[in-house]
Amino acid sequence: MELTGAEILVRFLKDEGVKHIFGYPGGAVLHIYDALYQQEDVEHILVRHEQGATHAADGYARATGKPGVALVTSGPGATNAVTGIATAYMDSIPLVVITGQVPTNMIGNDAFQEVDSVGITRPCVKHNFLVKHVDDLAITLKRAFYIATTGRPGPVVVDVPKDVTAAKADYVFPRKVQMRSYNPVTKGHIGQIKRAVKLMLSAKRPMLYTGGGVILGGGSKLLTEMTQLLGFPITNTLMGLGAYPGTDRQFLGMLGMHGTYEANMAMHHCDVLIAIGARFDDRVTGNIEKFCTKAKIIHVDIDPSSISKNVRVDIPIVGTVDQVLQDMLDVLKAKTLKPDQDGLKNWWQQIEEWRKTDCLKYENSKKIIKPQYVLENLYKVTRGNAYVTSDVGQHQMWTAQFYKFSKPYRWINSGGLGTMGFGLPAAMGAQIAHPRSTVVCVTGEGSIQMCIQELATCLQYGLPIKIITLNNHCLGMVRQWQEFFYGGRYAMSYMDSLPDFVKLAESYGHVGMRIEDPADVASALKEAMSMKNKLVFMDFITDQTENVYPMIPAGAGLNEMILI
Amino acid sequence: MENEAGALSRVAGLFSARGYNIESLTVAPTEDASMSRLTLVTRGSEEIIEQITKQLNKLIDVIKLQDLSEGTHIEREILLIKVKAMDNGREEMMRLTDIFRGSIIDVTEQAFTVEVTGTGEKLDAFIEAVDKQLIIETVRSGVTGIARGDKCLRV
Ligand SMILES: Cc1cc2nc3c(=O)[nH]c(=O)nc-3n(C[C@H](O)[C@H](O)[C@H](O)COP(=O)(O)OP(=O)(O)OC[C@H]3O[C@@H](n4cnc5c(N)ncnc54)[C@H](O)[C@@H]3O)c2cc1C
Ligand SMILES: Cc1ncc(C[n+]2csc(CCOP(=O)(O)OP(=O)(O)O)c2C)c(N)n1
Ligand SMILES: [Mg+2]
Repeated sequence: MELTGAEILVRFLKDEGVKHIFGYPGGAVLHIYDALYQQEDVEHILVRHEQGATHAADGYARATGKPGVALVTSGPGATNAVTGIATAYMDSIPLVVITGQVPTNMIGNDAFQEVDSVGITRPCVKHNFLVKHVDDLAITLKRAFYIATTGRPGPVVVDVPKDVTAAKADYVFPRKVQMRSYNPVTKGHIGQIKRAVKLMLSAKRPMLYTGGGVILGGGSKLLTEMTQLLGFPITNTLMGLGAYPGTDRQFLGMLGMHGTYEANMAMHHCDVLIAIGARFDDRVTGNIEKFCTKAKIIHVDIDPSSISKNVRVDIPIVGTVDQVLQDMLDVLKAKTLKPDQDGLKNWWQQIEEWRKTDCLKYENSKKIIKPQYVLENLYKVTRGNAYVTSDVGQHQMWTAQFYKFSKPYRWINSGGLGTMGFGLPAAMGAQIAHPRSTVVCVTGEGSIQMCIQELATCLQYGLPIKIITLNNHCLGMVRQWQEFFYGGRYAMSYMDSLPDFVKLAESYGHVGMRIEDPADVASALKEAMSMKNKLVFMDFITDQTENVYPMIPAGAGLNEMILI
Repeated sequence: MENEAGALSRVAGLFSARGYNIESLTVAPTEDASMSRLTLVTRGSEEIIEQITKQLNKLIDVIKLQDLSEGTHIEREILLIKVKAMDNGREEMMRLTDIFRGSIIDVTEQAFTVEVTGTGEKLDAFIEAVDKQLIIETVRSGVTGIARGDKCLRV
């Protein structure tokens, strides 16, 4: 069947099972928009800024485990998309971003709205393509989806010149791809897995440290089963929250810079560390010299370059979490050996001592709203079932600490790049993917203004997101560093001239609420959640002086936390 | 690697983005025109070389990678050097070229162009042996190499 490149692109998306794409039109992609217009299988969501398109596609991917798709025009469309692409890259999120390009005969001529999209995005994509001929279009798109979703996931950019979308070619959906230069492994080495299990069973002070890879690889159930079978303590990275039930006794909370006392102390003192789908990020390890010095380390990861990058490990296992965890469980169950029960008993006693520090405690107030109090109530009101996105800052850390995520795909935030402006468009993606679920965006008055324009998109598509702004009138996370490390010189961290968010929400056609009295927090949240079909923008005026604790200062070890 | 536009810049970009250094780099298509072979010389601790290897393997366009320095191997680089050669200096230069098993590949009344092939060190030594005053221009190809014996890099 002969189709134009634009028709091929749209047909391909349908055949690939893509239901939604997020985008913004422009000259270079007009043929594609024309083809989209003439069909109903792929729904296009019109955002208000291309950054929103990539974040929304990203939120969609994080909420479903399926690849997110964005479509933007050449030049400024592509450059606006870059922040979203880099955000997805740092957190290994599967995205396919289609960028329009000037016609092939004009490439390199400084043509109108020309940028070297492949060049600009090269360092922040898993791979990218420039499609030079319509005959290559379908197979290139297939490769893009294959690369984005397999191995260590990541964003793939496909740059499509305008003449390629006009030219005609025969179209058959390419069911399979084979690439001689890309064959990600899945199975872990069974010998290594056996060695790992042996080491785990010999541990006196074992510790499981698991990350975003468990969520990305769909390993949450198996991880929970293995952890409970072993009776070991477990901690999650910021990206791993929800992979293990946050309310379970074996769960010690998040680790790292703003992790719990018990999680970080257990890391520091463990004798066997089992890292699964986590990448030893500097926010997690603190000072590398002081990191887990007493431990033998097992590391399971799909990406060999994550292993022994920052910290030397003793037993590397390259494979996908689901496969490796299944093999580990099989070996464990086949063995008659049990973990060292005496060792574990003492270890748990020690951990319970650390736990008594109650490091997340805060002093509530009757006069001024404490941000932590809002999040505790949010957790209660939504019964821990919401999809929660966040922006970047103090509010992000408090959400991670106080919302006890118990299921994968529920916690959606930018960890690696730390992109302010992520929260609202990501929530749109999550809400599109789960129209009947509660989707909450926890944000700050600084972050929300970075993609506030998407409130219009929310109205257009009837997305009943609940926006919780913890409005402390400051760039709180910046202010906290200035208070601790810059002698309280608050350079540019005060947010002056804030808009009236209630009126702003109303002017976009949504419901706005301002909450200033701690006594109203719970009832306001309930009221907002009961408005099932409305976007509610909740502006909580919170205590500016509140800081995120515990905190590991730069250069310190995990045992050197600042407690409240 | 795949003989694709942009493949080389992915390699170069990786090195600059991650702060690794490229001492030399050569690349040309192989007997199978869909692939090209790239030889790169770099330096670093064992950990850094391990990361470089892993990161290169991660590039989608890289088909296969071999660290030649892990086994015995042959290394070759080519040097073209233009030198002033007049009067009895011409004799002298021919002798030196002979000693290094090089050849004079172009001649004018004033100058010789000499070609020398060998390891990087041999070429260094040759340049060292020529009087600095006489050197007009040098160009080096960068190192390429192959494993000794039956070992090979094939897809
Ligand atoms: C303000 C701020 C503060 C922060 N503070 C903290 C903090 O206190 N604590 C904290 O933990 N983080 C914190 N972060 C986040 C931090 O920057 C990193 O993003 C995070 O620690 C990385 O999480 P991860 O190790 O789980 O890796 P991810 O980025 O989630 O990477 C996943 C890993 O799993 C692997 N993987 C992917 N798929 C699979 C699969 N199928 N099978 C096996 N392996 C797979 C990947 O190769 C990769 O190595 C903070 C971020 C911000 C913005
Ligand atoms: C795009 C972008 N610019 C700058 C930063 C640096 N930064 C990190 S947190 C933060 C403050 C965020 O303020 P707000 O959204 O009000 O959240 P709060 O910390 O007050 O909860 C800033 C400026 C960033 N992460 N992202
Ligand atoms: Mg703020």
